[in-house]
Amino acid sequence: MRWESWSDFWFMGGYGLYVWGSMGMTAVLLLLEMVQAYLAHGRALALARADQALENP
Amino acid sequence: MTMRWFYYAAPQTFYGLAGRMWPWLAAIALLLTAAGLWLGFGLAPTDAQQGEGYRIIFVHVPASWMSMVIYLAMAFWSVLGLTFNTRLSGMMTRALAPTGAMFAFLSLWTGALWGKPMWGAWWVWDARLTSELILFFLYLGYIALTSAIDDVRRADRAGALIAIVGAINVPIIYFSVKWWNTLHQGASVSLTRSASMAQLMLWGMLLMALAFWAYTLAMVCYRVRTLIIERERHTDWVQALPDVTGALA
Repeated sequence: MRWESWSDFWFMGGYGLYVWGSMGMTAVLLLLEMVQAYLAHGRALALARADQALENP
Repeated sequence: MTMRWFYYAAPQTFYGLAGRMWPWLAAIALLLTAAGLWLGFGLAPTDAQQGEGYRIIFVHVPASWMSMVIYLAMAFWSVLGLTFNTRLSGMMTRALAPTGAMFAFLSLWTGALWGKPMWGAWWVWDARLTSELILFFLYLGYIALTSAIDDVRRADRAGALIAIVGAINVPIIYFSVKWWNTLHQGASVSLTRSASMAQLMLWGMLLMALAFWAYTLAMVCYRVRTLIIERERHTDWVQALPDVTGALA
């Protein structure tokens, strides 16, 4: 490991804002996409169940 | 052989296949991300010119590659869809678009965060940056157009045209740094010569690229199942799925 300490790691040789701004945005968007996909799947299943309730009351 | 391809191109069979594949692909993506971040942030040395700021490339380059690859994949499925009129093609194209748009945005965002400290500007109207911005707009255009048309088959065909015509932009992005005198640097990795970067940096970047590949494949497998349920929910086979009947699998 090539970092002296955690603060050294977060400081990133003065590029902290840029490096963590990049990594942070990537992490946030990936998470949002996964949550969105999960919720959309649930909505699609709910629609299909609603159809079933109509057809077999 | 041909029969087999068409067998898997049936939404009903692909639904099961994609459902078995996405958890494995997601697990592979997670492992590759952990390995890539460890190499990139734990082991790779400081760059002689760019200090620690160069570490942005561990997401910038893989995100940019994926933004181009996904668009080409959309064009590929669109050609198949227009040629064979298969139902799955339009769903695959739509399943790819949001992930592609996200990677195109990340390419621009991380590029801006790299450009500010290295070039002194968040943005320049250089051929590489401009063509990548156009790619991002093509993704948004595809999503907007396909969601604006109610008839899904017509929407798929209209979207396929954007995907195919817009694919001309992808080689323009890739070769822009050769064809024009751009501020953006040339390729650091190429098939024809050895990479112009240290081994650990290169491996960190390649692992992250593979991680994004696996993530994209997992996400597409997951999302295409949502689209299949939405479109085929009136069919007997969807109505018989354990997730729909409420029966325990």
